Amino acid sequence: MEQKELELLKLLERNGRLETEKIAQMIELSTEEVVAMIEKLEAEHAIIGYSTLVNWSNVLEYEGVTAMIDVKVTPVRGVGFDKIASRIYRFPEVKAVYLMSGAYDLSISVEGKTMMEISRFVSDKLSTLDTVISTTTHFVLKKYKHDGIIFDDDDDTDKRIMVSP
Amino acid sequence: MMERGFLAKSVEQLKPSGIRRFFDLASKMENVISLGVGEPDFVTPWNVIEASYHSLEQGYTAYTANAGLLELRQQISKYLNVNYKMDYNPENQVIVTVGASQAIDITLRAILNPGEEVIVVEPCFVSYAPAVTLAGGVPVTVSAEADNEFKIRPEQIQEVITDKTKAIILCSPNNPTGTVLLKEDLEEIAAVIKENNLLLLSDEIYAELSYDDNFVSPASLEGMSERTIVISGFSKAFAMTGWRLGYACGPEDIIAAMTKIHQYTIMCAPTMAQHGALEALQNGEDSVREMKTSYRQRRNFVVKALNDMGLSCHLPGGAFYVFPSIQATGLSSEQFAESLLQEEKVAVVPGNVFGESGEGYIRCSYATSLKQLDESMKRISRFVHKFS
Repeated sequence: MEQKELELLKLLERNGRLETEKIAQMIELSTEEVVAMIEKLEAEHAIIGYSTLVNWSNVLEYEGVTAMIDVKVTPVRGVGFDKIASRIYRFPEVKAVYLMSGAYDLSISVEGKTMMEISRFVSDKLSTLDTVISTTTHFVLKKYKHDGIIFDDDDDTDKRIMVSP
Repeated sequence: MMERGFLAKSVEQLKPSGIRRFFDLASKMENVISLGVGEPDFVTPWNVIEASYHSLEQGYTAYTANAGLLELRQQISKYLNVNYKMDYNPENQVIVTVGASQAIDITLRAILNPGEEVIVVEPCFVSYAPAVTLAGGVPVTVSAEADNEFKIRPEQIQEVITDKTKAIILCSPNNPTGTVLLKEDLEEIAAVIKENNLLLLSDEIYAELSYDDNFVSPASLEGMSERTIVISGFSKAFAMTGWRLGYACGPEDIIAAMTKIHQYTIMCAPTMAQHGALEALQNGEDSVREMKTSYRQRRNFVVKALNDMGLSCHLPGGAFYVFPSIQATGLSSEQFAESLLQEEKVAVVPGNVFGESGEGYIRCSYATSLKQLDESMKRISRFVHKFS
């Protein structure tokens, strides 16, 4: 992939709302070229979506909990872990699924309104799947940093003197 | 206060920096966007801060060797060799200083006899000429011109050389113009320096921040290492301005003389900062690369925006400054900067504070967030259009 595509992806990964005109100036391309590049990267599924990082704990009306669940499974001949992973990631409450090295196989992140809702998901849906051997559920108490962004970084004041040589 | 005669004439006669006045003006106002800051907008990379914490925890709170931790000098030597093909013996050709500024000071004090001249190429960092004066020398300024993208022409240097000329100070990538001297530029200048048996103080504090061409140090050119003192440090590339840590490399006899001054006046650079710097050199490459990319993108954004609004500026190859012409407005640099500050609350530095040839220009630092840059460009554009 060429250098400018990488730069574009990194800029958008950090700020999905960065205006096309600005990106064009920053990486020395025309606006049309940037639009075409984004379309190409979307078509290639290098860009698979645009989302907003919300710090839900700062939204008073929102109530919700997140759990990280370690899942041990029995891999199946021919499809390995992919089939069980797809059985799991299709549940809408499942926000992330990773195949891991180490003590367990799949790491999944689940969001629900209450702890009860998540425990119901684990006992009713997840652990009853054919190849699931065991699950260990960890509830998230506080999010400090997500996708490279620090959540409670309210002290972002410029600490430099205003004019310096 | 009554004239009591307590002050040294050399200090009394020294003019305060023109930057100071703008600092005072801007500091009294609120909601100012400052493009006047001569330092990175990044906080020092966390691994560097952590290494410094760790050194304190381990009890490294005592002096180091005068010239700095040998381990750090070894890393500096290796770093300059790998990146810029320079060759310095860490035992006796490297000294760790309190910022590059102290390195400049002790270099000048180590080489100058009273009345000897030092050629200062303007526009430049505001400290060179005063540092020469304070060391008993006489600064002789020459002006790099805008029509040559603020690169000094070798014949301009030749013209001001007298039998008292001892040295010349060059800074590339340059503060305030962002201009980078390429290998062929340096070779021409080096020829004049060698022919006239001069010393070169090469201020390379922005070396890592060269965006379009690989940085070349004049010390790496043939026959130059024995007459060049390389001045650099951690402030700009590693975002460590407040740590006050720099270094100088050069011929053994000059470094020994500098170390003598250093041992009597400073003792050694702060130990905790030296431990941080060690980490910066060992594991800082990725952070530097990331910051550099970000500066380059912002440079491109600002240069386009300024040219679009009619303030013409060349694409500077390095540092984090652009130096646009404001002559189209008919204002002087000072008038422009002052009115812009009052009317649009954007602080820039008038070009004339960096030397005569900076008149008609302003220095804008793009080491500030894209959001702030975007807003400041809108404000400057609005301001400039009142004059067209």
